[in-house]
Amino acid sequence: MVDSRTSEWDHSTIKPNRKIWNQIKRDYELYLFLLPIIIIYLVFKYYPMYGIQIAFKDFSPSRGIWGSEWVGFKHFIDFFDSYNFWTIMTNTLTLSVLSLVFSFPAPIIIAIMLNQMLAKRYKKIVQTVIYAPHFISTVVLVGMLNVFLSPNSGIVNHIITWFGGDPIMFLADEGWFRPLYILSGVWQETGFATIIYLAALAGVNPELHEAAIMDGASKWKRVMHVDIPSILPTIVILLILALGNIMGIGFEKAFLMQNDLNYATSNIIPTYVYEIGIQKAQYSFSTAVGLFNSVVNIILIVTVNRIAKKLTETSLW
Amino acid sequence: MNQLLKRKSKGDMWFDIVNYVMLTIVMLLVLFPLYFVLIASLSDPNLIYSGEVWFFPKGFTLDGYGRIFSDSSIWIGYANSILYASLGTLIGVAVTVCAAYPLARKGLAGKSVIMWFLLISMFFSGGLIPTYLLIKDLHMLNTIWALVIPGAGGVFNVIIVRTFFQSTIPDEMWEAASIDGCSNTRFFWSIVLPLSKSVIAVMVLYHVVGFWNGFFDALIYLNDESKYPLQLVLRNILVQNQANSSMMIDVESYAAKMRVTELIKYGVIMVSSLPLLILYPFLQKYFVKGVMIGSIKG
Repeated sequence: MVDSRTSEWDHSTIKPNRKIWNQIKRDYELYLFLLPIIIIYLVFKYYPMYGIQIAFKDFSPSRGIWGSEWVGFKHFIDFFDSYNFWTIMTNTLTLSVLSLVFSFPAPIIIAIMLNQMLAKRYKKIVQTVIYAPHFISTVVLVGMLNVFLSPNSGIVNHIITWFGGDPIMFLADEGWFRPLYILSGVWQETGFATIIYLAALAGVNPELHEAAIMDGASKWKRVMHVDIPSILPTIVILLILALGNIMGIGFEKAFLMQNDLNYATSNIIPTYVYEIGIQKAQYSFSTAVGLFNSVVNIILIVTVNRIAKKLTETSLW
Repeated sequence: MNQLLKRKSKGDMWFDIVNYVMLTIVMLLVLFPLYFVLIASLSDPNLIYSGEVWFFPKGFTLDGYGRIFSDSSIWIGYANSILYASLGTLIGVAVTVCAAYPLARKGLAGKSVIMWFLLISMFFSGGLIPTYLLIKDLHMLNTIWALVIPGAGGVFNVIIVRTFFQSTIPDEMWEAASIDGCSNTRFFWSIVLPLSKSVIAVMVLYHVVGFWNGFFDALIYLNDESKYPLQLVLRNILVQNQANSSMMIDVESYAAKMRVTELIKYGVIMVSSLPLLILYPFLQKYFVKGVMIGSIKG
């Protein structure tokens, strides 16, 4: 944070304030370049933070954010006391922890395997194909789940009946919501997520591999003892980011996959905030739920970062 | 070294065989669903329904596409998406590049303050409702502006472009130019921009894909169906099963209607994803580049 210029100030006869002012005057064009982003952030990112106070008020549109009455933690307590609080918490946590467990290791494994591929052209083909689903929209992905899993006409149920089973109503079954959410996520994002690990693997010092080969290490041993330790810092950083985002599980797919029949497992905090806030216009209550979610999230990311720093000396800040 | 790499033990040979087989399986698992959508969209709906379409289109028909193209809501959605994506990309990329330029310069007073000002928004935000109320108070509901302005200048993108500037346009270049009497703005236009075509291309791609695939903002801020982007039109057809009546005009029985709806769904997936999937192999390297500059030095 501290600029290198600070040390110059001690010896300089010009007062620091004046110096900064001169600099700003000299670089005024650069500040004009920054003006649009600063205005956008002030209006659309920071002003809504000011609006968070309605979580502690009984917001009424006619009286505005400022004029509404303070009610303290009433909405938070209402949320904690509501009959579906534990269901929503369990759903949110289960869904995000499970998707992390299944989707985090997959790109690491695939990247290591790709890295071991010697046929360059075939490697390129595999990469091109497995990156592709990343560019499909969430709507289309859920649409694909719909057509593939349709009980009458979907290919998955055709396969099940071909083997003599009974068709399953996948999307109308609360037990299937989580596996479908997670598997479709793995299908869509694993390939693209390998890019970062491939970059890290490309940076592994080739001398390490040469030395290992001289010592007679097999490919498997080199993966275990050279590749994996070399990319560990990258893995840790991405793991911190993922753990810190546990409560931030995406709204879009859950919302699109949600229906009355799988509501028992698909009702998570983001969809709940949307339902209560936008559809039922309970602005204050919904803001309180959202605020609770982001506070838990911040506590998580700070804690995880601290633990990672202690254990591996790698951290975000 | 080459000699060494070529000499394989039996264990290494097995390693390679297993590796190739498994990666091929992974590739087929990713590819097959996409391929199946394509062949199903070209097949007779009755044969899809009875489960006879597996690896090749059966009872070839373009009926599904005919129905889709005769429906105006798809076309309106396409036109809206193109409009939102172009305007949104223009604004988003301009804001991002303009912000990254000063932040890449050494010795800009208050740089770290501005950087934190941007970064904080990554960890903490006002959330859905306060943002919605703001957009409402600004009378931006149901306008294109609600989609293209609030998200412009995302922190990640700014960092990617800033890192690119820092590594390709050394400060000495600016020093030399300024001695020759070049202003900051002129330097930006005639030196920085021409040297940054590749990162700008990456940003354009990111934005276009984001706007083309996004539906959340449109869902919240738009309520006039004639303004819906393609993804919201798709949601009606794919997720809510509301194929428009113009697509169903000559279908009599309920059962036939169901079948045609399925056919339309496969076709709609193709029609909406095709622009990206056709361009994708050519653009792939730019995306990879974007992830790389963003991650390694970020």
